[in-house]
Amino acid sequence: MIAATAYHIFIKEFVSEFRTRYALNALLMFVVTTLSIILFSIGQESPSPDVLSGTLWIVIFFSAMSGLSRTFVAEEERGTSLTLRLLAHSSSVYIGKLIYNFILILVLSFIIAAAYLLFINEFSVKTYEIFWLTILLGSAGLASASTILAAIIAKANTKGTLFPVLAFPVLLPLLLTCINATKLATEGAFLTEALKEFQILLSFTIVMITTSMLVFDFVWKD
Amino acid sequence: MVKSPTTWYEFPFIPGLEEKARNIIFHVPISWSTVVAFIMSTIYGILYLKKKDIDYDLRSVSSASLGLLLCVLATVTGAIWAKFNWGSFWNWDPRQTSIFILLLIYGAYFVLRSAVEEEERRATLSSVYSIIAGVTVPFFIFVMPRIMSGLHPGSLGDEQGKGPVLEFKMATNMLMVFFGALIGFTVLYFWMYSLKVRQMRVERQLQQITDTQ
Repeated sequence: MIAATAYHIFIKEFVSEFRTRYALNALLMFVVTTLSIILFSIGQESPSPDVLSGTLWIVIFFSAMSGLSRTFVAEEERGTSLTLRLLAHSSSVYIGKLIYNFILILVLSFIIAAAYLLFINEFSVKTYEIFWLTILLGSAGLASASTILAAIIAKANTKGTLFPVLAFPVLLPLLLTCINATKLATEGAFLTEALKEFQILLSFTIVMITTSMLVFDFVWKD
Repeated sequence: MVKSPTTWYEFPFIPGLEEKARNIIFHVPISWSTVVAFIMSTIYGILYLKKKDIDYDLRSVSSASLGLLLCVLATVTGAIWAKFNWGSFWNWDPRQTSIFILLLIYGAYFVLRSAVEEEERRATLSSVYSIIAGVTVPFFIFVMPRIMSGLHPGSLGDEQGKGPVLEFKMATNMLMVFFGALIGFTVLYFWMYSLKVRQMRVERQLQQITDTQ
């Protein structure tokens, strides 16, 4: 029952976002603008792959900060959060929105990573398995932490600016690990050498999701 | 290795460190106290969620505000040590990074509190945030700086093992002063904490009286 409701909430998020596409368009424009700024600032220089790995995850992080709080903040703005609280079990609300956030940030980081590979010559990935696995696990970690934090700030006053402030300290271990793993990918390391980073990413995601499911009730029902 | 001091009040002369070694007497107890303050803040947050007694939230805020002050002091004393021993104030060494993150978490906690007006919702949301932040902190403070290579004593590859505190490498004189400082700072923290909790309780009662009139 919870899984079915979660699936329906996930579909509802897609439908409501695609109905008036302005939020998704704004997010895509944000990604395009940030990528253009990075490309402009690189110019004729050739920065090292280490620096480029860092900037890749900066762009992904700020895109996540722009886009991932919408699931809960939009509910409050549209006035539908009370209805949702009545209709659905809180766990299914959390799971549905978590999966939606994960798909969203996965698509965004895929676009950003593809743009980096296509447009920046110095960003040459030698071990593609490490790179794409980092994007996948990094997106999972970003989504898992962002969903519960979005639920927290949706109840606060200054929602927009509060989200990055709360999210950055919690997401920093994730970002550092992703940057390290991307550096390993550009250096051409073997898949097993990045195993430590993947363990950290996976455990971060699992710990975040477990903690969120335990505390989500307190935030959602006030 | 180091000549033992002859009298009880003499500080051991460590070649290479000399007077700078005194920093350890301030830096380690302050860092220890700030972690204790953070853990207490998280525990009181969990207790608030279980029992919904606003007193737990007052205790959570008091320990968090003292923890913030101690965290700033720990960062500053650490940076002074870094300047004298490693050359620059900030090196992004794993342990320096982790104290910086603790500073950001405290800051974010107070920003969140200032953004919510109703007392109960504020208490609930800040308790939840301190739990979320609390699951990442132990990894950062206790595990990562010891498994990664870095400049701070106790990092991976430090030839002195786990650092002068855990390996008991200090002369007896210095050890006595050090443990005295450790106990002293902890007691000082608990005293300031109890004062602040009482102050906040009185302020809240005063607020309730003026609200009802």
